[in-house]
Amino acid sequence: MANDVLLSVKDLHTWYELKKWGFLHAGYVRAVDGVSFSLHRGEALTIVGESGSGKTTLLKTILGLAPKTKGEIVFAGQKLDGKRGGVEQLRSQVGFVQQDPYGALPPFMTVRKILEEPMLINKFGTGAEREQRIREVMEEVRLLPVNDFLAKYPHMLSGGQQQRLVIARAMILRPSLIVADEPVSMLDASVRVEILELMRRIQTAHNLGVIYITHDLSTVRYFSERVFIMYAAKVVEQAGVDEIVHNSLHPYTKALLTAIPDPDPDNAHRYRDVPSGEPPSLVNPPSGCRFHPRCPVKIEGQCEVEVPPPFEPMKGHLVECWLYKA
Amino acid sequence: MNQIRATDQINTSSSRQGSPDQGSDTLLDVRNLCLHFRTSRGVLQAVDDVSFSMQRRRSIAIIGESGCGKTSLARAILRLLPRNVHTYKGEVYLDGTDVMTLSDEWFRQKVRWTKVSMVSQAAMNALNPVLKVGTQVAEPLIVHERMTKRDALARAREVFRIVGVPEDFLHRYAFELSGGMRQRAILAMALVTNPALVILDEPTSALDMLTQANIFNALKDIKNQLEVGFILITHDISTSSDLADEVIVMYAGQLVEHSLSTTAYRAPLHPYARGLMSSVPTLREDKKLEFIPGQPPSLINPPSGCRFAVRCSRRFERCDQEPPTFTVGEHGELVKCWLHAKE
Ligand SMILES: Nc1ncnc2c1ncn2[C@@H]1O[C@H](COP(=O)(O)OP(=O)(O)OP(=O)(O)O)[C@@H](O)[C@H]1O
Ligand SMILES: Nc1ncnc2c1ncn2[C@@H]1O[C@H](COP(=O)(O)OP(=O)(O)O)[C@@H](O)[C@H]1O
Ligand code: SF4
Ligand code: SF4
Ligand SMILES: [Mg+2]
Ligand SMILES: [Mg+2]
Repeated sequence: MANDVLLSVKDLHTWYELKKWGFLHAGYVRAVDGVSFSLHRGEALTIVGESGSGKTTLLKTILGLAPKTKGEIVFAGQKLDGKRGGVEQLRSQVGFVQQDPYGALPPFMTVRKILEEPMLINKFGTGAEREQRIREVMEEVRLLPVNDFLAKYPHMLSGGQQQRLVIARAMILRPSLIVADEPVSMLDASVRVEILELMRRIQTAHNLGVIYITHDLSTVRYFSERVFIMYAAKVVEQAGVDEIVHNSLHPYTKALLTAIPDPDPDNAHRYRDVPSGEPPSLVNPPSGCRFHPRCPVKIEGQCEVEVPPPFEPMKGHLVECWLYKA
Repeated sequence: MNQIRATDQINTSSSRQGSPDQGSDTLLDVRNLCLHFRTSRGVLQAVDDVSFSMQRRRSIAIIGESGCGKTSLARAILRLLPRNVHTYKGEVYLDGTDVMTLSDEWFRQKVRWTKVSMVSQAAMNALNPVLKVGTQVAEPLIVHERMTKRDALARAREVFRIVGVPEDFLHRYAFELSGGMRQRAILAMALVTNPALVILDEPTSALDMLTQANIFNALKDIKNQLEVGFILITHDISTSSDLADEVIVMYAGQLVEHSLSTTAYRAPLHPYARGLMSSVPTLREDKKLEFIPGQPPSLINPPSGCRFAVRCSRRFERCDQEPPTFTVGEHGELVKCWLHAKE
């Protein structure tokens, strides 16, 4: 089982330094502040969090695109220490699907060139083999008929097609892990599901590890079983989708569930009982539990003083909240 | 709260011909509104022949995919037009007056802000950084209603309370406010003149879910307390149901369905509206999601028949030949689809 772990992250911290007048130290943005988890081969994991909660930074740190401040990342048994070798090796094994498909694609390259480039950089196969791989991947993401798309430029594609191209590019080197940062948030509702289902299909077909990041909890059940909830740079709860939706434990997760409507005409006649206030600054985060200034059930004298460690009140269901102290 | 029942009627403006009576329950009556833009590749039909009407104190959500013409429709109603207008025609009765026939000057003085105001997409970032928030909220009163600064600030304070901004924020600058508070200040600005209609264009899509829910709570309060109707423009269908009494679905520049929220969210009529609703992921219910294949047509030279035809699974011959006309349902709902034609 142990060598079945594809990615393991321990006590990861990524702090961005803030500078005044360009050189004076003025504090840190603690964008990721103590995150640990492991992902098995072929497993799909979703990380849900509000904008600014540190999701993108977490991914970028794993990919070596943001400098880690502290902690350990082990990918396929190899420790990534931030030195070049590890990261380069990682990049060919990890596909990255960015938040914004429009910004992710070079505007002056055709679909064929966009897909060929990572193979050229990584010296993958002969010309014929590359061509073959391009067609294979395009069929998989349904950019069909392939011949109609090969010579097109990104601006000639719809948002959904662009995102499929980004996914194709992420898959082209046959990675073992795909990280997708809000892959559908820029897309219209009517194509979102199509892309999520596509990713799910690819994930199962190739036994890929996938980390799917989203701010939209309602898309989660259409993609993965295991869910992490991030709040203010920490993972505050982790459990299976059904557990999260029907038996959430953390007061923040509960508030989030209350805040999210399903389309229902009766919504117009009910108020949502959610705490007021807004997510805290990550430069001076609240002491103790970061949710305590908004928490309706906080324990005076404890929550604002001590940082809650992860508790496991039920097997496989972790929560960083003092209410669940054993 | 003033509940909308399934037996309620959509205001189809009983007399579609002739001008509606002043003082009636009709707040807004839009007829055959077109807004076409001139572009380098041809004329783009952003809003094409849209008609709908709305009662006082109702809220209507306008939903549809990006680029279908929602913001353009709002701009057409508010006469906030860009330079490259090719065609701008139709009638927009607000409180019985066709505001399209008013002079620009009159419209600016007597209608925009005083009778109808708008919170636009990304307005949050449009607050003036060097003026105190309270001053900005009071400004429309000083400019449009010739109030004294003192009275205007007193009124601003009152509106701050309604939208849930602490009073001392009147004296702060925009950068000192969080995103949610800034958005509330913008809302206060739109309400301060006591307009009968407020158009909200994606008012919360930049905010976190908890803040968004809090703002919708505030909007519900406002709706119950004040004599105001809302037009909520959004592509977030789930969230639209937090305010909507009625729903307008737009597709490719046209209105394809206008129905009560009970119909729109539970059993929409138009094939596009159905596809759209069944593509919305739900949190609690484990429903099978569907998606609509293909993409919307270009608004430059759109198809001459039904604009949804190429993506429609119910399409038949007539759909390609003639553009569908509106059919009026038993509660006054409108649907632009040949399947519903009563013949
Ligand atoms: N000034 C303009 N000149 C030319 N075309 C325009 C102009 N403004 C908008 N359009 C086009 O009109 C169509 C409708 O745009 P509009 O902004 O109304 O869409 P929307 O439904 O509000 O979309 P979104 O959900 O993305 O805000 C689009 O095709 C858009 O590109
Ligand atoms: N390069 C950077 N320098 C400084 N601060 C940053 C940088 N990138 C992100 N941040 C900050 O880190 C926090 C987390 O951001 P991000 O990881 O992008 O969150 P998310 O993806 O969840 O929206 C935010 O406060 C953001 O402003
Ligand atoms: S630790 Fe305390 S403040 Fe934090 S979520 Fe739990 S109860 Fe609330
Ligand atoms: S008119 Fe025809 S093509 Fe258009 S929506 Fe109705 S059935 Fe479909
Ligand atoms: Mg992000
Ligand atoms: Mg818009």
